Amino acid sequence: MAEKILMTALSPTMETGTIVKWLKKEGDSVQSGDLLCEVETDKATMDYESTNDGTLLKIIADEGSEVKVGEIIAITGNRDEDISELIKPQEETVYNPPQEAAPEQEVVEKKTKKTAPSSRIKASPLAREIARQENIDLSLIKGSGPEGRIVKSDIEKFTQKKREGIGKPEPQKKTKTFVNQKQQVIAQRLSGSMFSAPHFYLTVSVNMKTVVDARKRLIKKLNSKISFNAFLIKFVAETIKHYPNFNSTWEDNSIIRHGSIDIGLATAQEDGLITPVVRDCESKGIIAINEELQDLIPRARESKLSPEEYSDATFTISNLGSFGVRQFTAIINPPGSAILAVGEILKEKFIDEQNSIDERQTCLMTLSCDHRVIYGAEAADFANHLRNLIENPVTALYA
Amino acid sequence: MTIVNMREALRQALDEEMSRDNNMIIIGEEVAQYQGAYKITQGLLDKYGSRRVIDTPISEEGFTGVGVGAAMAGLRTVVEWMTINFSLQAMDQVYNNAAKLRYMSGGQIKIPAVFRGPNGPAEYLGSQHSQALQSIYAHCPGLKVMAPSTPADAKGMLKTAIRDDNPVIFLESELLYGVKGEIPDEEYLVPFKSADIKRAGSDVTLVSFSKPVYLLMEAAKILQKENIEPEIIDLRSLKPLDEETIYNSVRKTNRCVVVDEAWPFASIGSHVAWLVSRNCFDYLDAPVELVCSEDVPMPYNHSLELAAQPSVKKIIDSVKKVTYNA
Repeated sequence: MAEKILMTALSPTMETGTIVKWLKKEGDSVQSGDLLCEVETDKATMDYESTNDGTLLKIIADEGSEVKVGEIIAITGNRDEDISELIKPQEETVYNPPQEAAPEQEVVEKKTKKTAPSSRIKASPLAREIARQENIDLSLIKGSGPEGRIVKSDIEKFTQKKREGIGKPEPQKKTKTFVNQKQQVIAQRLSGSMFSAPHFYLTVSVNMKTVVDARKRLIKKLNSKISFNAFLIKFVAETIKHYPNFNSTWEDNSIIRHGSIDIGLATAQEDGLITPVVRDCESKGIIAINEELQDLIPRARESKLSPEEYSDATFTISNLGSFGVRQFTAIINPPGSAILAVGEILKEKFIDEQNSIDERQTCLMTLSCDHRVIYGAEAADFANHLRNLIENPVTALYA
Repeated sequence: MTIVNMREALRQALDEEMSRDNNMIIIGEEVAQYQGAYKITQGLLDKYGSRRVIDTPISEEGFTGVGVGAAMAGLRTVVEWMTINFSLQAMDQVYNNAAKLRYMSGGQIKIPAVFRGPNGPAEYLGSQHSQALQSIYAHCPGLKVMAPSTPADAKGMLKTAIRDDNPVIFLESELLYGVKGEIPDEEYLVPFKSADIKRAGSDVTLVSFSKPVYLLMEAAKILQKENIEPEIIDLRSLKPLDEETIYNSVRKTNRCVVVDEAWPFASIGSHVAWLVSRNCFDYLDAPVELVCSEDVPMPYNHSLELAAQPSVKKIIDSVKKVTYNA
């Protein structure tokens, strides 16, 4: 015999309870004393114990729904028992002349059996008529009347909202979020750099074909991934050897030249940004640099670097090429005096010296320099040197 | 314009119609020598004599039958029932003779008779003398039914009822006999099927008749302060019924509360509510509400007696329900 499980008063003052979680699902067998669900009352979240033996045939009140004391939340009984009578929506007593209304009644009953009771949209006749005339889908409207009945004022509010909101999304709520300590430090360091070091920027277009080909060959040879950034770091380090101002720090009217070339690589984190540093790049090869990056970068993303692994880069590279950025400017990362912002590598047509059209792969690299340490002409020389080196690495051997 | 109470307005109607038509008689308990149990027939015996203003024994079936017979024979009769409760004794005369004879004689017999008296609960009268029986009379084909709420309506409607060649049940109210109001100085008639819009409003249609109309007016004053503007319709003539006035109002306000001091089952109120539900279906924003007396014999205890009847609070609650202001 199927029985309704009703919301009971789990505290003396409880009028409604909210189903927090069902601990049994439909079809589970239930013994008296088993925990059926957790109910949040006006006082606390309490366990609801079954007083029946049998099978949980149907959950009426879903998780999250608020149910008045005395209302049905579930049905238990024997497996495969017909419970359609019990879950029929309670209708008001209406006199239906049986002969005339019979066919229609059948349809209605079939419908209610097939779909959950809540799927029937309750609306006043007037609301339905207005919705029909104005071609409004009643399922989009939340009714404010008894048992969710949609009434005229609900339709009016809906159409008014629609009229006001044409082509304009719901305004996003204004929010305020306190940043974490790391984000505070990043903010301080970057604004400190931006507002004390006079930045200037220059951009060069670099033909990457030689490097791209070389990287492909190396990857094939080693059968492992070599980061493009490892190449970049090495080329930058080689260039810095000729321009030591790019490995310096402005400090109280003096310029400190660093001995080793320690290059940081800006790495994005979920909540910030960090620059793992490859030390002594002047004496390391591309493969060694790559190995270090493979160790540093995954840990950098997860904030697992120790301070000596991310501080005091003497030069920094920021590469947004993989994000589809063609060109950008970066803020110098102290104590360095320059940063290289690297865009994506794109194929483009160009007219070569023989006036014929050729194709090349270019990358736009933008240098940000601290004008207190580095002047424009020197920066231009640095940029050209770097470009020549990347386009024609054999020149590294010239001097 | 003159200000008179309803008792006087009814008396004037009888007086004017008696002097207009020498064939008119008044018959009932205490209508002549005692000048009427509620003094409605005051002075009429002196003016028109005992052949036209006739005291009867306490025998409702008898004198109601005499009234029907006199009407059949060509007189224009007004039968006074001391209260509607006593008319139950005369039910056979009304239902089976007055209401039927014109039909059963193929239109040969006219029944120009008015059966009048106080209807509905007054105070401290107990179950048997506190009944509102309009439903019983409106139920029967062949009878017309009127129920005025103001002195002016009472006079104009009673004159219309007397001049009609069909039996008319004319329902007064004991507690309204003393109600004062202006009546026109010149002769006038209030026709059948002419509901009166007592107050224009936009938010809800309140339909009633007779004594509860005053409850509606009082409720409207309170609702108005809450920015709910009710339209109040006094049906006046219950049968035939002025349906169009009700429908036009409900089509404007989209909501309807019917108030009837009879019991709920098969009443004028439930019938009007059904008519509105049927004929204004697509205009309704809420189910039609019915405020009526509780479905019990009237309690004698005064608190219970009041609780069993429609009240201003019950009306306001229903209005808030249909306007979703609860």
